[in-house]
Amino acid sequence: MDASTSAAAHHESHEHHGEHEHHELGWWRKYVFSTDHKVIGIWYGVCGLLFLFFGFSLMMMMRFQLAYPGHAMPVIGGVLSKIFGPGTMDGGKMAPEFYNSLGAMHGTIMIFLGVVPVAFAAFGNFVVPLQIGAPDMTFPKVNAASFWAFFVGAAVMVASFFVPGGAAKSGWTSYTPLADIADKGPHYHLIWNGQTMWILGFIFLITSSLLGAVNFITTIIQLRAKGLTWMRLPFFVWTQFVTAFLLLLAFPPLEAALVMQFMDRVAGTSFFLPTGLVVNGAAVHISGGGSPLLWQHLFWFLGHPEVYVLILPAFGIVAEIIANNSRKPLWGYKSLVFSVLVIGFLSFIVWAHHMWLTGMGSTVSAFFQTTTLLISIPSVIVLSAFFISLWGGSIRFTVPMLWATAFLPMFGIGGLTGIPLAFNSADLYLHDTYYVIAHFHYIVAPGTIFGLFAGVYYWYPKATGRMMNEFWSKVHFWPSLICMNVIFLPMFLQGMLGMHRRWYDGGQGWTIGNEHVWGLSGFQWNTPISWAAWTMGLAQIPFIINFFWSIKHGKKVDDNPWEATTLEWTAPNRPPHGNFVITPVAYRGPYEYSLPGREKDFTMQNEPVEETERTRRRPEPETVLA
Amino acid sequence: MEIPYTISTRPDTGLWNAKVGIWLFLASEVMLFGGLFSAYIFLRLDALPGEWPHGLLNVPVGAMNTAILIISSVTVVLAWAALKMRRYRAYWWYMLVTILCGIIFLVVKLTYEWPQKFEHYGAKLKPEALAKYEKYLGNERRTEKGLEPRVEITGHLENHEALADPNIKEFEIGLDPVYVEPNNPANDRPHFFYVPPTDHVAKIDKEDVERNTSFGPWHNQYFATYFTITGLHGLHVLGGVLVFTYMWLPVSKKVYQRNPEHLANRVEVSGLFWHFVDLIWIFVFPLFYLL
Repeated sequence: MDASTSAAAHHESHEHHGEHEHHELGWWRKYVFSTDHKVIGIWYGVCGLLFLFFGFSLMMMMRFQLAYPGHAMPVIGGVLSKIFGPGTMDGGKMAPEFYNSLGAMHGTIMIFLGVVPVAFAAFGNFVVPLQIGAPDMTFPKVNAASFWAFFVGAAVMVASFFVPGGAAKSGWTSYTPLADIADKGPHYHLIWNGQTMWILGFIFLITSSLLGAVNFITTIIQLRAKGLTWMRLPFFVWTQFVTAFLLLLAFPPLEAALVMQFMDRVAGTSFFLPTGLVVNGAAVHISGGGSPLLWQHLFWFLGHPEVYVLILPAFGIVAEIIANNSRKPLWGYKSLVFSVLVIGFLSFIVWAHHMWLTGMGSTVSAFFQTTTLLISIPSVIVLSAFFISLWGGSIRFTVPMLWATAFLPMFGIGGLTGIPLAFNSADLYLHDTYYVIAHFHYIVAPGTIFGLFAGVYYWYPKATGRMMNEFWSKVHFWPSLICMNVIFLPMFLQGMLGMHRRWYDGGQGWTIGNEHVWGLSGFQWNTPISWAAWTMGLAQIPFIINFFWSIKHGKKVDDNPWEATTLEWTAPNRPPHGNFVITPVAYRGPYEYSLPGREKDFTMQNEPVEETERTRRRPEPETVLA
Repeated sequence: MEIPYTISTRPDTGLWNAKVGIWLFLASEVMLFGGLFSAYIFLRLDALPGEWPHGLLNVPVGAMNTAILIISSVTVVLAWAALKMRRYRAYWWYMLVTILCGIIFLVVKLTYEWPQKFEHYGAKLKPEALAKYEKYLGNERRTEKGLEPRVEITGHLENHEALADPNIKEFEIGLDPVYVEPNNPANDRPHFFYVPPTDHVAKIDKEDVERNTSFGPWHNQYFATYFTITGLHGLHVLGGVLVFTYMWLPVSKKVYQRNPEHLANRVEVSGLFWHFVDLIWIFVFPLFYLL
């Protein structure tokens, strides 16, 4: 609804106003073109989860090529060949260019169409206003615009698979000059080719995240409930707050770089094309003088904060769930808050550690090496605080808690294996090997994505009023956990054996005379890894069915099924437009679990502080001595 | 349902929503243009001697455009102040001036500054051929004086057909004045006023030329950054003009009649955006026209 008409309604009469809300919104406005943060959040979530599965499917296809290079894919090879057209899977065998497309699009889709929409946009939209006791986002229309910009960007990205030449194929980082000259020439359309569409789709996605970030920050600053001071905010809100700042400030330099790459591809500039560039044995007719490294700097200026965009919301989700299921206040709330603020700040000055191999010189390297190691300190504080929160708690192993506890060691492995990469001398050896793949996937896949699943299972009752089936949730959880580790643990070995991340044949030729680890050579490890990946694909089926089946058939629950303390649980399930029946007021911190002398072991944020509590909180000196 | 603090301020932050939003948006914009300006800096630092051109833009016209934008920044504040004093008529006039300034800026950019560049050509010479064209370049004197060498010959291309036709062996270029009198000390520095190409036509062997293109974004890094940054800035100006037009049209008068403060707030946030667009131009003008 337009802000001006809402003002008008306000001026006319209040009774009339309420009527206006319930009767004028048709089905399309209510469920599709909605400006309600919950509907937008759910849309983001469903689209994001679909894209996660789509991106994962691309990888499952690549895993076949890696495990059985040059073999025709059985059963579905022919179907895929029909879908993606000639030159991709002819005869069921994967073409090298198609393999490259799948690799580039797997990265792009998983990060920008999967994890960010779910972690930031979906959970942020659905949960943050509820947790801070707000009726909606500050700018509901902008919020809807953000979703539709995302939708268009995603559509452009997916459509790029079907233009002549296929989707972008220069890696998800689109390093120049390779990306500048890819998909160009007489067989390609100037605009409707893979790489240019990748750029255009990306610009829409950046617009979407810009609108979202502005909205989130403003909402958190302006619409906190009465009494909800900064240090009473749930930790999840803090992580979303910092994440929004990262998106707000880190994405635009990439947008600038994308504009320049677009100009290079379409307007004939040479921003990223060096003098004397030779392509296919012939000098290119360009002005030259450009800098390929400039692209890398601008890309990683986004790229590194982006890593924290992926992980911080997962931190927040896991924190909520751990506090709730250990029935204890979150340990070290303030240090957690300051840690994420420090992470947010430091994440802007570590980007060049992705570029050790470019030969930056020892002074610059030393700077970025130092900042990179510094950022591990707040990260370790966060993880330690989570572990200590478990200590002495009465842990309930609910389904969300299973995912949250699994997150901790998985993120730990991912984080600790990053330290060798932070040192430029060690990285020279490990750069662009499967070790790097294993490292960041441990953070993003069994790390962030486990956090996201935890969140889906945790807030599902608030969105639908029903619980997801517990048995099938566990059938989803255990195989996923095992498969994740079978997939990524051997990749550390492969990487240390020197296997390069972009080899189309999975290192087939390189295996000759290679050493074996645990009975298999680096190349042979590809087979068990691939089987684990496909098994994990199957393990998502119970989740998909459970997710939709439980909307209608799950166990009905009351408004606060987890006996949690934060404000979203004071709203009715499937909160109406405007969220709260009574505007909430916060009287206490977010994690008041197991307060002594109370009947129940949780005290919600909107429960006033009682007189007895005041005295108990400041004990008399003699009581302390006694 | 109503969102709080859309018009009135929240007591503990002292702000209304859109004001927080616009400042965040502008922070993001700073990073966007920051990325482009840092690209400008790195590309310029990387440029070989003589490859970063000077004095190719029309300084008085650029200065006029700068003044126009600054005037519009003043009038938008006056428009806002008029609303605060509930003088809608005055607001209407000030807003009209603001919109017209934005339009004039764009018209100058699109009908004069940009098209003029596409008619101007520059033939970049192969390094080994520089000596052959010494009479146009005057590099001996420049080396003596410690000035950067001239590596291209610019002006009006008289035989366009030479670009496509391999049988024509020479380019005929109506020289820019600099190349007519390369040793004139007056030509050591760029001119303030624009001087058009002369009738003096130089014939340049195609074999001696690396590239001969018009001053489009493809010509060199200078024009690449010039067109990219001014293009993106132009889009921002266009966006501002559209928003202001919406606020100037009768449809917004209804907003004013319901709650004048609401329209004043809208003008305030879009005015902040407009000042930002103006500020970007304050960087663009010296970087491309003067330095």
